[in-house]
Amino acid sequence: MTVTSPSSGLHDPRSAAGRAGDKIFSGTALTAGIVILAILAFVAVYLVVESIPALTAGEGELSHGKTSFWSYVWPMMIGTVIASAIALLIATPVSIGVALFISHYAPKRVSQAFGYVIDLLAAIPSVVYGAWGMAFLGPLLVPIYAWLSENAGWIPLFSGGYSQTGRTLFTASVVLAVMILPIITSLCREIFVQTPKLHEEAALALGATRWEMIKMSVLPFARAGIVSAIMLGLGRALGETMAVTLVLSPGALSANIINVGNQTIPSEIALNFPEAFGMRQHELIAAGLVLFVITLAVNMIARWIVSRHKEFSGAN
Amino acid sequence: MTQVLQENRENIGKSKLIQGRKPRWTWIACLAGSLIVASAIMAVVGFNVAGWAVLTALFYVVSNYAVTRIMENGRKATDQLWTNLVVGAFLVALLPLISVVWTVLSIGLPGLLAPGFLASDMTGITGAVDQASVEDGTAILGGVKHALIGSLVMTLGATAISVPIGLLTSIYLVEYSRGGTFSRAITFFVDVMTGIPSIVAGLFAAGLMLTLVGPGDNVMGFTAVIALSVLMIPVVVRSTEEMLRVVPNELREASYALGVRKWRTILKVVIPTAISGIASGVTLAIARVIGETAPILVTAGVAVSTNWNLAKDWMMSLPVYIYRQMMFPTAPAAPDASEQRAWAAALVLIIIVMLLNLTARFIAKAFAPKKTGR
Repeated sequence: MTVTSPSSGLHDPRSAAGRAGDKIFSGTALTAGIVILAILAFVAVYLVVESIPALTAGEGELSHGKTSFWSYVWPMMIGTVIASAIALLIATPVSIGVALFISHYAPKRVSQAFGYVIDLLAAIPSVVYGAWGMAFLGPLLVPIYAWLSENAGWIPLFSGGYSQTGRTLFTASVVLAVMILPIITSLCREIFVQTPKLHEEAALALGATRWEMIKMSVLPFARAGIVSAIMLGLGRALGETMAVTLVLSPGALSANIINVGNQTIPSEIALNFPEAFGMRQHELIAAGLVLFVITLAVNMIARWIVSRHKEFSGAN
Repeated sequence: MTQVLQENRENIGKSKLIQGRKPRWTWIACLAGSLIVASAIMAVVGFNVAGWAVLTALFYVVSNYAVTRIMENGRKATDQLWTNLVVGAFLVALLPLISVVWTVLSIGLPGLLAPGFLASDMTGITGAVDQASVEDGTAILGGVKHALIGSLVMTLGATAISVPIGLLTSIYLVEYSRGGTFSRAITFFVDVMTGIPSIVAGLFAAGLMLTLVGPGDNVMGFTAVIALSVLMIPVVVRSTEEMLRVVPNELREASYALGVRKWRTILKVVIPTAISGIASGVTLAIARVIGETAPILVTAGVAVSTNWNLAKDWMMSLPVYIYRQMMFPTAPAAPDASEQRAWAAALVLIIIVMLLNLTARFIAKAFAPKKTGR
C-alpha cells in the first residue's frame, strides 16, 4: 500500500501567506474588541474628569447661585425618577396585557401581524413622539387636568393649579409610557411564548380556564423575565431626552404633576448644553455622569436578575 | 329522516356538555346595552367622543362580567373579565400609534407636497417670510434639503465606523474567544453600552472634540458621527453575534477538514451563511440612529444651509430640524408655518425609518440561506 504525500495539488496548509492571513485576521478582530472596551473606558473616564470641576466647585462658582452641585442636580434627579416611575406605572400593565394578547389570546394566524404592529411603535423616532405630545396629547389632557385640579385638588399631586397648555410632567410621562411600551411588550412576549407547552396543557386538562392557566403556568414561569423587562424599560425611560424636552415646560421641583415645573436630567442637558461654556458645561456633563450611573445601575440589576434565573426560566 | 335530524339538533341544544353556558351572542347584547347607556349619559352631560368610548368600554367589561357570573359561574366570569382586559390593553396600545400616524399624515402631508420642500433648505427663510405666508396667504417656503443631507451624511459616517468594529468584534467573540475573561468583559460592556442614554453619548463626543480641537471648531458633523457610533456599535455587535452563533458548526468543520485556514473559513463560509441576518441587523441599527436627536443636537448643532462637509461647520439633521421648528418657530407670532414644516419633516423621517425596517425584513427573508441544496 502506497501512501501518497499530502501536498502536491492541495493548498499547502503550512504556507506562509495562509499563516500570516490567520494572524492578521485574528489580530484585527481582537483589536476591534479592544477598541470597544477603550471607547467605553474613555466615556467613563472623560465624564468623570470633566465633571470634577463642577463636583468640587464651592459657593459662588456655580450658575443659578447654587451652593453645591448636588443641590443643583438633586431636584432633576427626583424629576427624572418621578417621570419614569409614572411612565412605568402606565406602561407595565398595558404591555403585559398586550404581550399576553399576542402570545395567548389572539388567533395564531394574526398574532404575528399584531406583533409587527406593536413593533411599529418602537420604530417611530422619539422626536416625533415629543412633537406629538406637545401638539396633540398635551392639549387633549388639559380638560382632565382641569377636572383633577377642581375635584382632587386636596391630593398634593394635583394641588396648585393646572397647566393651560398641558405641557406638564404627567403628559411627558404618558409619552414616555408610549415609548417604553413596545420594549416591555416585546421582551415579555418572547418569554410568554417560551412557557413549556406541557405546563399549559396540564393546567387546561385539569379544567382550568384560560386565565387560570395563565396565572398558574405562564406568569410564574415568566416572573423574572417580566421584572427584567420592566427594568430595561425603566433604563430607557430614564435616559429618554427629546420627548421630555419637547413636552415639558421646565421649572422648579414640585409635587404637582399637572402644572408646569419639574425637570429631568437629559432634558436639562439637551436644552442648555448647546449654549453652555465654562463651568456651566462642566455642570451639565456632571449631570450626565449622574444619569449615566443611574441607568447603568438599573441596567445591571436587570441583567443580573436575568442571569440569576437563567437556568430555570425562559428569560435568557 | 328529517325528523331525526331535527331531534338531534334539539338534543344538541340541551347537551349536557354545553349546559349552563351563556349563548354566543351575549357579548353583542352587552355591547349594545353599554352603548345605549353610555350614549344616554353622554346626552345628559354633553357629548364627547373620548368620554363616550371610555364609558362604553367600562360598562361593557362590567356587564359582561356580571352576565357571565349570573349565567355561568364565578370562575368563568373572572376568565371573561381578564379576556376583556387583555384585549382592551391591546386596543389601548393601538391608540397612540393611530393618533401619531394620523397627526403626522394630516399635518405633514400638505407640507411634504408643497413644491420645493425636499429641494430647498432654510437659507433666507426668516420670520418675515413666515409672517407673510400667514398674513398674505402666500405659499409656505423653506424645506429640509439641508437636514436630509446632514442626516444621510452623518448616518453613513456612523455606519462606516460602527459596522467594521461591530462585525470584527462579534467575529472575535464567536470564532476566536474561548469564553475567557476578556470575551466576557466585552459581552458585559457591550450590554452596558446598549444602556448608555443617547444624550450621554452626545456629551461624550462633544467634550472629546472640545478637548481635541478646541472650542468653536468642535461643533461639526464628525462629532455627531462619533456620538452615533457609540450608540450604533453595541447594536451591531449584538445582532451580528447572534447571527454568527446560529451558523452550524458542521459547516466550519467541513471547511477545516478540507484544509482551509480559519480566516478563509470565516470569510468564505461563516459570513456568507450569516450575511442576510447581519445585513438586516445593520439596517435596523441604521434605522435606530437616524432617528436620534439629542446626541446630534449637542454635537453638530443647528444650521439653516446645506453642508456636505463632516469635518467643518455646523450641520442640520432631520430630527433636530423637527425639534427646532417645533420648539423655536421661525416666526414666533406665526408658528403654523414652522409646525407644518416640522410635521412634514417628521413624515419624511418616519418614511425613511419604515423603509429601512422593511428593507431589513426583506433582506432577512430574501437572502436567508436555503434550507436544502447547499
